[in-house]
Amino acid sequence: MKVLYFAWVRERVGKADEMLEPPAEIRTVAEFMRWLSGRGEEYAHAFENGQVIRVAIDKTHAKPDALIAGAREIAFFPPMTGG
Amino acid sequence: MTTTIRLQQEDFDAAAEATALTRGRTNIGAVVTFTGICRGGERGESIAAMTLEHYPGMAEAEIARHVEEAKGRWPLLGVTVIHRYGRLVPGDNIVLVVTAAAHRGEAFAAAEFLMDYLKTSAPFWKQEERSDGKTWVDAKSTDDAAAARWSRGPRKPEAAE
Repeated sequence: MKVLYFAWVRERVGKADEMLEPPAEIRTVAEFMRWLSGRGEEYAHAFENGQVIRVAIDKTHAKPDALIAGAREIAFFPPMTGG
Repeated sequence: MTTTIRLQQEDFDAAAEATALTRGRTNIGAVVTFTGICRGGERGESIAAMTLEHYPGMAEAEIARHVEEAKGRWPLLGVTVIHRYGRLVPGDNIVLVVTAAAHRGEAFAAAEFLMDYLKTSAPFWKQEERSDGKTWVDAKSTDDAAAARWSRGPRKPEAAE
């Protein structure tokens, strides 16, 4: 699936997007974030304060317990500050 | 009901957008326009510029979802939302919300509702440039509270005519 990062999450991870296939036992958004954190120092830094990070599945806001099965696109970003 | 949603780098003309929404129509009795503008400073600290990052595709979809919700809550006759992205300097326009209705109550309420949700749920992020570098703007709890009041109770009181 396509994984996207925005704002300071993007800066910490060091890339705007990438294609990733998490293992089958990763079922929820929260599990996916923990799995990402283990991918390296930059990911650990980006997701160290995981409860503040917001998630969207296929361009719709999703909660930490949302299932990722079937998702084409998952995005991680800080709380929004537009308007 | 006319709906226009645009994300763009270039500036917008609030008066022209309001005119475009009402031209040739005689059922509209109220138009509210809100323009958000880039401030030159916050709590005595000046900013040189601000860069707005957004999530293409989701930003439009999220705004459209809230316009749909606004249409369900109030009898609107037109809505225009324009949000800029990219680098803006103090004095530049950031966001425009125009709502048209038969009466002012629903036009005011819908404009406020749309702005409150734009702030907290449309995927945009502001980064400020100051003399000491660039910093991402923190989300404000007051903005969350402003959005939350719309989910409290069934509806806002009936609009005034």
